[in-house]
Amino acid sequence: MKGHEFTEGIAGLVGERERVGWFSHEGLLGWVASVDHKQVGLMYIVAAFVFFGLGGIEALLMRIQLAVPNNHFLSPETFNALFTMHGTTMIFFVAMPLLTGFTVYLVPLMIGARDVAFPRLNAMSFWLTLFAGLMLYFSFFAGGAPSAGWFSYTPLSEAAFSLRSGQDYWILSLIVAGIGTVAGAINIIVTVVTLRAEGMTMKRLPLFVWMNFVNAFLMLFALPVLNAALVMLLIDRQLHAHFFTPASGGSALLWQHYFWAFGHPEVYIVILPAFGMISEIIPVFSRKPIFGYEFVAASTVAIAFLSFTVWAHHMFAVGLGHIANLFFAVASMSIAVPTGVKIFNWTATMYGGQLRFTTAMKFAVAFIVMFTIGGLSGVSFAVVPIDWQLTDTYYLVAHMHYVLFGGTVLASFAGIYYWFPKFSGRLLSERLGSWHFWLTFVGLNLTFFIQHILGMMGMPRRVFTYPALPYWAAFNMLSTIGAFVLLIAMLVFLYNVVMSLRYGETAGDNPWDAWTLEWATTSPPPVENFVRIPPIHGRRPLWDLAHPELADELGKVDA
Amino acid sequence: MTTHPTRTALRLLFDFVGAIEVFNLSSIDTLNPVSPQAAAITRLFLGVLVILAVIFVLVSGLVVYAIVRYRERPGSSMPRQLAGSRKLEFLWTAVPIGLLATVFVFTAKTMRAANPKKGTRPADLLVVGHQWWWEVKYLKSGVITANEIHLPVGKAVLIQLEAADVIHDFWVPQLGRKIDAIPGHTNYLWLRADRPGVYSGICAEFCGTEHAWMRFEVVVQSPEEFTAWEQAQLKIPQPPSEPEALAGMKLFNELTCVNCHRLAGTRANQTAGPDLTHLAQRRMLAGGAAVNNPQTLAEWLKDPDRIKPGSNMPNFHLSDAQVRALVAYLETTK
Repeated sequence: MKGHEFTEGIAGLVGERERVGWFSHEGLLGWVASVDHKQVGLMYIVAAFVFFGLGGIEALLMRIQLAVPNNHFLSPETFNALFTMHGTTMIFFVAMPLLTGFTVYLVPLMIGARDVAFPRLNAMSFWLTLFAGLMLYFSFFAGGAPSAGWFSYTPLSEAAFSLRSGQDYWILSLIVAGIGTVAGAINIIVTVVTLRAEGMTMKRLPLFVWMNFVNAFLMLFALPVLNAALVMLLIDRQLHAHFFTPASGGSALLWQHYFWAFGHPEVYIVILPAFGMISEIIPVFSRKPIFGYEFVAASTVAIAFLSFTVWAHHMFAVGLGHIANLFFAVASMSIAVPTGVKIFNWTATMYGGQLRFTTAMKFAVAFIVMFTIGGLSGVSFAVVPIDWQLTDTYYLVAHMHYVLFGGTVLASFAGIYYWFPKFSGRLLSERLGSWHFWLTFVGLNLTFFIQHILGMMGMPRRVFTYPALPYWAAFNMLSTIGAFVLLIAMLVFLYNVVMSLRYGETAGDNPWDAWTLEWATTSPPPVENFVRIPPIHGRRPLWDLAHPELADELGKVDA
Repeated sequence: MTTHPTRTALRLLFDFVGAIEVFNLSSIDTLNPVSPQAAAITRLFLGVLVILAVIFVLVSGLVVYAIVRYRERPGSSMPRQLAGSRKLEFLWTAVPIGLLATVFVFTAKTMRAANPKKGTRPADLLVVGHQWWWEVKYLKSGVITANEIHLPVGKAVLIQLEAADVIHDFWVPQLGRKIDAIPGHTNYLWLRADRPGVYSGICAEFCGTEHAWMRFEVVVQSPEEFTAWEQAQLKIPQPPSEPEALAGMKLFNELTCVNCHRLAGTRANQTAGPDLTHLAQRRMLAGGAAVNNPQTLAEWLKDPDRIKPGSNMPNFHLSDAQVRALVAYLETTK
C-alpha cells in the first residue's frame, strides 16, 4: 500500500533527524544550524518582530508626514517608497512569518509529534523567508526602495514607469518568500496528516491545528498564483515582454486579476492562524470547551473555499460590468456568514464560564470586538455602490487595519502572552502586560477609527500630502497621535519581554491549567518534545486527566 | 489588573467623543450628494451603516455583558462544560443570511441607479488621466481644458474615460461613484450635478510620484453661465500688444514649451502637458497643488519642484526676466 510506505518514509526521516539532533551545536551556531521545529519557530517569531519594528518605523514616518496638511517632511517619492515597504513588510515579513512561527512551534506539540514531517525543509522555509526580507531591504542600498505599492499595479510597476531596481528587488524577494511559504505549507499538511499521536483523530485536533491545516491549503493554492504573476512582471521588466503593458498589446488589468486571486486568499492566510489562537485562548480562560467546535472548524473550511471566489471585489472600481460585480458581491457577502459564526461561537464560549482576565485573555476579547468592526466595515465593501464611493480611501485603510491590527496583531499578542511561558519557561509580567494592552487598545482606536471619517470626507489613500480642507488637519493629527501611543505600547511590550526573559516568574509545565498537549511537557520542551504522551480520548487530554468526572466524552452538545 | 491605564483610556475616549460633538457633518462629502447617482449611494450607505451599527452594538453588548457577568469570582463552582447548541448555530447562520440577502437586493437596485447604462449615445466629454493631471475635451464644442470640468446644472453628461500612461481613477465624491481610467480600456460615466457650485475631485488610484496632486474641480454653472464659459474657451487668443507679453510669446515659441503643451492659435499642439489656451482663467495650478494667480504661476515656472516635486514639468532655470515675460504672456491668454 502506497500510503503505508509513505508513512514509513516519514518515520525514517524523523529518525534521521534525531541522529542529527545528537550533533547539536551551542550558541548562535546552534540556532543557525538547527532543524528543530521549536527553534525554527522562534526564529520566525523573532525575525517577524524585527521586521515589525521596521514596518512600524515606516508607518510612524508616514504619520508624521500626514500630521499636518501640505507638509514637506518627506518627499513624495520617499513617502511612496515607505508605504510600499510598509505594506509589503507587514504582510510578507511580519504577519506571515509571525503566524508561521506559532504554527511550526505549536502544531507538532499539539498533535503529540516530535517535529514537523520535513525538519530540513522547515528550516529552509525559514531561511528563504528571512533572506527574502533582507533582499527587500537591501533595495534601499541598491538604488532606492520600490515605490509602486505592495499591490504593484501594472503598468505603473513596469519598467517605463518604475525605473528603479527596487521594483526588481521587490519581485525577486516575494518570489523567494513565496517558495518558502509553499514549502512550509506542504510541511504542515504532511505533518498533520501523518504525525498525529495515537488517539489524536481529526475530530479531536485542537482548533489551532485545524485552522493551520486549512490555511496550509490556502497557501499552497494562492502563493503560486502570485509567483507566476511575479515572474511575468519580471520578464516584462527585464526581457521586454508585454504581458501587462497596454501600450504594446498587453493588459493592464490582467495583473489585477492575478494579484487579487492571490491577494484575497492572502487576507485569510494572515487571519486564519489568528482565529486558531483565539479559539484556544478564550476557552482556556473561560474554563469551558469551545462552543460549537464542529462549526468553528467547518466555517474555516467554508471561508477557505469562498476566499478563492471573491477576488474581484478589489476591482469594483475598474468597471467590469454589472453581472461580474453582482457575482462577486454575492460571494463577498457570503464570506461574512462563516466569519460571523466564529465570532458568535467565541462569544458564546464565554457565557456561563469563569473568565480569567489574564493579559492573553484581554487581548483575545479585544480581538473579538475590534475584528468585528473590521469585519463589518468589510461587509460595506461587498455592497458594490458603497465600494464605488469608499474604495481606495482612508475608510479602506481603517477597515484593513481593524482587520490586520485589531485582528491579526491583537490575536498574536494574545498568543505571545499565552505561549511565552512555553517558549521560554518564564511568564511575562501581567502588570506591564496590562499597560501594553490598554495602550494598544487606545492607540489602535485613536489611530484608525477616525480614518473611517476621513475616507468618507474624500481623503484618498496613498497620498503623500493633502490640502487644508475643513477637519482634515485635525483628524489626521489625531491619527498621528494614536500612532505614537501605539509606539509607546510596543516599547512597553519590548521592555516586558526583555525583563521577563531575565527576571520573569518561572512558569512550570502548565501555568494556565490549559488542556492541549503542548502543556503536557516541560517549558521549554526538550528536543524530542515529550517524554510520555498522555492518553488522548477527547479534545482536551489534560482536562480529562485533571477532571475525570467532567471528561469531554461524558458531557455532550445540547441538541 | 491595575486601574490606572483604564482611567487613562477612559479619559482619552471622552476627549475623542468631545471632538466628534463639535464636528460639522456637512464636511463629509460622501454624505452630502448633489446628484441622483450619489444620492442613491448615500441612501444605501446610511441604511447599511444602521444595520452594521446594530450588529456591532449587539456583538459588543454580548461581549461586555459576558465580561461583567462571568468574570471569575473567588469560591465560584466549576462552570458547566457546555460544548455547543445546534439551535444557536442555526440562528446565527440563518439570520445573517437573511440580512445579507436583503442588503443584496438593495445593492443590485442601487447599482442601476448609481451607475446608469451608457446607452447608444456618443459621449459628451472625453477625460484622459495623465501622470499627474486630467485632460478634458468637450467632444461637441471642441473646448479643451485641464483639471477643471464645467457642467451646466442639472444636465446629465456622459464622460468617456481613458488613461494615457498608468491607471488613474476619476472621483468626485459629491457627484457619485469613482471609476478607473485604464490604458487600453475605455470606461463611461454619467456625471450630473443638481446644485451650482464647485465640487472637488481627485485621482483615487495610486498612479506614481505626484498622485496626491492630481486633483481637479467640477464647476457647476447655470446654463447661461456655462454657455458663456464655453464660448470664451473657444476664442483663439490674440497675440498680445504689450512688450513684456510679446517677449513672453516669443520665449514660449522658442523654448521647448511647445513640445509638450497646446495653446490654440500658436504652433504648440501637444498633449503631453495640459492645454494652456486659457490658463489664466483656471482656478488651480499643477493638479491642485497651488491656487492659480500670477505669483504662483511665476513660482511654478521658476522651479516646478517647489510646488509639485517630481512632476513632469522640467525646471528650465529661467531668469527672473524670462519668468516675468512668460507670466505676462500667459496672463493675456484669457
